[in-house]
Amino acid sequence: MFLPKHTLGRGLAFVFATLAIAASALTISAPASAAGHPVAKSQSAPVVLAGDSSDPSTWEYSIGGALKLNGKPVKGVTIIATNGKFSAKSVSDVGGKWLIAVPEAAIYKVSIDKATLPSGMAVANPEMEADLTAFSFAPVLFKFAGQTVQTVSFGDQLVGRLFSGLNFGLLLAIASIGISLIFGTTGLSNFAHGEMVTLGALMMWLLHASMGWPVILAGLVAVLVTGAFGWVQDAALWRPLRKRRMGLNQMMIVSIGFSIVVRYVYLLLFDGDTKDIAGGGNIIKFGPVSTTDLTLWGMLISVVALGGVALFLTRTRIGKATRAVSDNAALASATGIDVERIIRIVWVTAAALTGLAGVLYGLELQANWLTGFDILLLLFASVTLGGLGTALGATVGALIIGMVVEVSSLFIPNELRYAAALVILIVILIWRPQGVLGKKQRLG
Amino acid sequence: MDFGQIFNLTAGELIGVFTAAYALCALGLAMHFGFTGLLNFGQAGFAALGAYGYAFAALKLGWNMWGSFGFGMVCAAVFALILGLPTLRLRADYLAIVTIAAAQALYFFFGTEKYAAFTGGSNGLSEFGGDFYGYNPFPVGRYDLGIITLSEKEIWIRVVSWGLVAFVAVLLVILTRSPWGRTLKGIREDEDAVRSLGKNVFVYKMQSLVLGGVIGSLGGMVFVLSSQTNQASTWVSNFTFMTWTVLLLGGAATILGPIVGSAVFFMFLMFTQAFLEGLVNIGALPFLSIAQVGQIRYLLVGLFLMLLVIFRPQGFFGNKKELQFNG
Amino acid sequence: MANIEQIAKGAIEPGCAKVDPILVASGVTRQFGGLKAVDVAHLEIPRGKITALIGPNGAGKTTLFNLLTGFDKPNTGTWNFAGKDLAGVAPHKVARMGMVRTFQLTKALSLLTVIDNMRLGAQDNPGEKFFAAFVRPLWANKEREITERADALLTRFKLDAKRDDYAAGLSGGQRKLLEMARALMSKPELVMLDEPMAGVNPALTQSLLEHIKGLKENGTTVLFVEHDMHMVRHISDWVVVMAEGKIVAEGPPADVMKNPAVIDAYLGAHANSDLGDVEIATKEGN
Ligand SMILES: Nc1ncnc2c1ncn2[C@@H]1O[C@H](COP(=O)(O)OP(=O)(O)OP(=O)(O)O)[C@@H](O)[C@H]1O
Ligand SMILES: [Mg+2]
Repeated sequence: MFLPKHTLGRGLAFVFATLAIAASALTISAPASAAGHPVAKSQSAPVVLAGDSSDPSTWEYSIGGALKLNGKPVKGVTIIATNGKFSAKSVSDVGGKWLIAVPEAAIYKVSIDKATLPSGMAVANPEMEADLTAFSFAPVLFKFAGQTVQTVSFGDQLVGRLFSGLNFGLLLAIASIGISLIFGTTGLSNFAHGEMVTLGALMMWLLHASMGWPVILAGLVAVLVTGAFGWVQDAALWRPLRKRRMGLNQMMIVSIGFSIVVRYVYLLLFDGDTKDIAGGGNIIKFGPVSTTDLTLWGMLISVVALGGVALFLTRTRIGKATRAVSDNAALASATGIDVERIIRIVWVTAAALTGLAGVLYGLELQANWLTGFDILLLLFASVTLGGLGTALGATVGALIIGMVVEVSSLFIPNELRYAAALVILIVILIWRPQGVLGKKQRLG
Repeated sequence: MDFGQIFNLTAGELIGVFTAAYALCALGLAMHFGFTGLLNFGQAGFAALGAYGYAFAALKLGWNMWGSFGFGMVCAAVFALILGLPTLRLRADYLAIVTIAAAQALYFFFGTEKYAAFTGGSNGLSEFGGDFYGYNPFPVGRYDLGIITLSEKEIWIRVVSWGLVAFVAVLLVILTRSPWGRTLKGIREDEDAVRSLGKNVFVYKMQSLVLGGVIGSLGGMVFVLSSQTNQASTWVSNFTFMTWTVLLLGGAATILGPIVGSAVFFMFLMFTQAFLEGLVNIGALPFLSIAQVGQIRYLLVGLFLMLLVIFRPQGFFGNKKELQFNG
Repeated sequence: MANIEQIAKGAIEPGCAKVDPILVASGVTRQFGGLKAVDVAHLEIPRGKITALIGPNGAGKTTLFNLLTGFDKPNTGTWNFAGKDLAGVAPHKVARMGMVRTFQLTKALSLLTVIDNMRLGAQDNPGEKFFAAFVRPLWANKEREITERADALLTRFKLDAKRDDYAAGLSGGQRKLLEMARALMSKPELVMLDEPMAGVNPALTQSLLEHIKGLKENGTTVLFVEHDMHMVRHISDWVVVMAEGKIVAEGPPADVMKNPAVIDAYLGAHANSDLGDVEIATKEGN
């Protein structure tokens, strides 16, 4: 097969056109979310009220906890820590988590601001103490009085969860197709893939929430920046390593190192707080499902992007060449395909898609420097479940993982959801090592 | 800047407890990866099982030090068996996926409040070292070792942890120079060749997985015994990645390598911390805060790991001919 | 060269019965997608003889080796070795029963020294057990004995000068020799050699042939795959011909070469080649 030079441009144009369509769909939601939530400021960053004038980021001691009612996080509640003249406060984030940095080892009084509690809630122990004389971190657990009565039937809860699972699965799918394409064409298990999700989300925060750009423009630029990051990564790191004929396991460990570097660069540039980007959107209810307009747009965009990838892989010349390289790089090369060029296109496409996942993740949920790393294993699980190296497999795997994560929280504590997905991964690997859709081949 | 103090702090890491703990975990990985070719990305899980096993046995079962040590090791061995049985027959990267997934699942499990009765939940377990420190032969006091001054407890945990490092190292030297070790090295390179010579490759890989995992559990126990606190947040995948860095630094297919690698790694961390903090304090780095210094160190760790694998995959002591990243 | 009557029982035809078979396979098939790589209705290998397995590239010789030694699983079929059923037996157990193979793509362990490669070939070294490995006295004697045997074999295969080198430093032909010598360390009853001469220096082939003949004199059965017809003619007592997965002919070397089925099989792949003179190109990879 002969691929003329300009097809590179065509392929890229196709990818970005797809993404542009996806992003333009976002426009319609933009006014609503922008109106409802003007430039959101980070919620969980602790605010020092009085007492110490030194820079809180240098303080080594902290008090923290998570507010939960019946396993569900309680967001937006103010917690105040005081010690003599010193006083600081923090607001719980979507995970119910709050953290207050304090300057010295002492015993602090920690209290909850009852005015900020959601109506109908009461705290059993509103005044607590945090002893920081022995350790640099003291957890404080507030307990809510009384249990809310379960009014939602199990069936309705299940439907709600399945819907959330579908949404989460779609998000995972666009990111894991990226992993899958890269794995398929280069054999690399890329441990730094999550960092591209993070980049998309953080760019979205920077451009939209912080600089006030309109949501589509910010989304489009975030996706472009992530795509460019993919290009740079391949050009500066992975291609030279391939040229050195470095072993795949060795490259995998390089990607672990790279992931650490990038994560800490994010931390240095963006700080460690969790950033709210669009404020979660406006709630929409239909039947037992309660969701937001943002989520619905996100799902639509995900589906469009997935469809775009499918068309790209099956209908375009570059897409077909990509599949040929995944199948057998040597053979593809022998038939005149420029394998390195295909790999470069794959890197840019995969990175842009993954960035899109990050953009949507950030808009619908929140983002911090670890966002992508936190879901990296779920991405690997999706790719492995579906059968390594196939885009369709990754999509199916991601939907399964998304559903498992969400539905499992009906039965097990919320913080064990990801664990459930990982256990499912292990079980399926044992039962069917080639993945759900993978071809049966000789393994080992 | 007080270079004397920076030097002392850095030198103190040479005999640090965390240095010993990481050396143990990396020795376990050397068994897995260096000598057998197994890609274990869940060493944090093995170490966590050691730590939680010890703390649980001591606190909740009231067992003495020996029993608690034994319990931690058994937990790690069982974990190795459960992971190894299904995956050791499959391609090498399946073990990598399964170990990292299982270790991460353990981390979630240990951190949840649901099982706080066993694990202490997010607070973790603490004050479980009573019996261990009961064996301390050093009288109460401060001991001046020239560069650092330690309490009797700090001395005791260092003696025990470095004693364990030495013991494990000798054990591994004996094993790797035996015909058993020779078979493992054969498996590392080409399983089928070794199979064709009548060796049960699966059994060897399983023995290696269990042994390396149990060594890792010792690292975990030493790690938490120093402060007598054990929290789930210690056992994140970064723990595993740091262990890999330590291993590759010294040389994966060596025994001295992980030990020296750990010492160099922690001295590097301490030196950069102290040095950069010093620079920040005298105002030489106006764009950095003290908190960011800690972050830069980890950034350097990642960079280190990359450069190491790219430019010196055999580490300090490794023989380039011997170390091979298969695949 | 052995007498025909000492080998075959009854008429000489593909899959014919042998007087004293050591390996008997029936109905062994292996399918790769749409391709039936191996489809052997019946095959018997005579004990104490040298049998050559020949056939054009892709005939299924290596796949048959893999199946018989447990490295690959057949779709159907049974086979037994010295009366013991081998279907489904793990490869290491097959080797322990006395049926040891070498590989077409040499599997010398290049990160071990030559002598360690040899030692690894020996069976029943107590030092290879985990707990015994700690206690040197338990295995030191056996190890010494094994080393002596290994040194003797290395001398015979002219590898003694390389004894302490890493196998990575050996030439392709030397690796073939090492792999063969290593297989002999376990004193097998049957050695299966997949293209033992491929890549071996012509100056060495003569002595290698002598080694193979020497094996027979010690009572070892040899089954080998080879493309060099001169060699096949020179040392084998019996020749089995495979084409497209099937056994198409069998017989003493001189007769088989004249068999029209054999010529057909080869001409399919190699027109215009005189079987006696052309060394059929060996394919790396299978
Ligand atoms: N793992 C596999 N997957 C698919 N096809 C295979 C596999 N192994 C072998 N084959 C096919 O089976 C057929 C027989 O291959 P085999 O290697 O057994 O031939 P051979 O007789 O040893 O050839 P040669 O003389 O070239 O070594 C070939 O067509 C080959 O392509
Ligand atoms: Mg062959």
